[in-house]
Amino acid sequence: MRMLRVGQWVTAIALLLLAGVYVRALAYTPVEATQGLAQKIFYIHVPAAIWAEAAMILVGLASIFFLFLKDPRLDRFAAASAEAGTVFAAIVLTTGPIWGKPIWGTWWTWDARLTFTLFLFLLYVGYLLLRSAVADPAMRARFSAVLGICGMVEVPFIHFSVYMFPTLHPMPIVLKPSAPSLPGSMLATWLFSVGVFTLLYVGFVVQRYALSYLGEQLEAAGESGEGHA
Amino acid sequence: MRSPDLLRHAWAVASKDLRVEFRSRTAILAAAVFVVLVLVVFKFGHDETAVSNSDLAPSILWVTFTFAAILALNRAFQLELENQALDGLLLAPIARGSIYLGKLVANLIFVATIELLGVPLVALFFNVPVLPFLGPLAAIIALATVGFVAVGTLFSAMTTRTRYAELLLPVLVLPFMIPPLSWAVLATVRLLAARPLSEIVGWLNMLAVYDVVFVALALMLFPATVNE
Repeated sequence: MRMLRVGQWVTAIALLLLAGVYVRALAYTPVEATQGLAQKIFYIHVPAAIWAEAAMILVGLASIFFLFLKDPRLDRFAAASAEAGTVFAAIVLTTGPIWGKPIWGTWWTWDARLTFTLFLFLLYVGYLLLRSAVADPAMRARFSAVLGICGMVEVPFIHFSVYMFPTLHPMPIVLKPSAPSLPGSMLATWLFSVGVFTLLYVGFVVQRYALSYLGEQLEAAGESGEGHA
Repeated sequence: MRSPDLLRHAWAVASKDLRVEFRSRTAILAAAVFVVLVLVVFKFGHDETAVSNSDLAPSILWVTFTFAAILALNRAFQLELENQALDGLLLAPIARGSIYLGKLVANLIFVATIELLGVPLVALFFNVPVLPFLGPLAAIIALATVGFVAVGTLFSAMTTRTRYAELLLPVLVLPFMIPPLSWAVLATVRLLAARPLSEIVGWLNMLAVYDVVFVALALMLFPATVNE
């Protein structure tokens, strides 16, 4: 199937470019003054976090449109986006402690944004579990749309309560109302990485979408009695 | 549908559920015993010489309520599974919204009953003076419970018709319970430490916003969980 092939190519290119991000971050970007080399993980950690959160919002939006339009493509996209989001949340949850250990002196703290990502991860896992627990495709699509919308609505609540807790985390340095407080070369590397992660997200989602489409075709073929000879 | 009808029908659904519950009393008794047991588990699950009972009391109160609420929520739509009772309910000429509201009210009354038992027991077992703070404490509990139960009622409509229903509901609903839980605990800690009420108003506002948003959202989404 062409779509699957496209997804695989996009992912392959994104992974190659990811290697490029490492090269640029390690060789062509200045070492941060106080944190030293540990800060390099920033170029992976933050873009992954952005996409972990954005993927949940896309799941929610696709779910809303699904409930109105009942288009199975939207359900497939929501499922694909949730799976990609789970991967990105897992990346954030692994790179975070690796960064935290040398800088904060601890692998894990119940820091607000760490907790937020953990929540996001658990929301994703719940969403995927619900999908796997419903056998009927139409019911699965409706149920997961309901959960997807609730998940999206909960994100601002967690986000808001995050700012009410004391935090070890640096406050946003790029996405904030004033200009980014980051040297140009670091910002360039970071933006490059955000681009690469966007491509990765697209690659994952396209592949996953194609796979679930093929899965559905297979199921339909099985049901109509033709079986897989 | 006019709103008086919506509420009247909701009450009909709720009173049916409560009548079923009142006649058997199995679930409420089991939930009450469960609350007592969780409190006893907490008593033996921590070292009193290291952490004093009164420091831990707000957490004990809220963890107990969270688990008890989940227990209660599983029940709501399970009732309707026997003899295809849900189909009968859906065939009734009433709005889907009133079915949801009815289930919500029945669940709230069920959970409130457990909480009415839980508060004095926490006060008794863990030697917490709750009497001077009864009004504000009731407000915190009421606001947090509505948020919990609103999401939980919506989700239980889905999970009861899946595999692993009893296991799936807590997995889905706990991430939604933790934000109101954390605000409720923070407010309760300050309240029981006799801090001025102005310190907890912020948490109460958060809880109220959460309630309004999720009750409205659940009302809108509920039809999608039952319509074929």
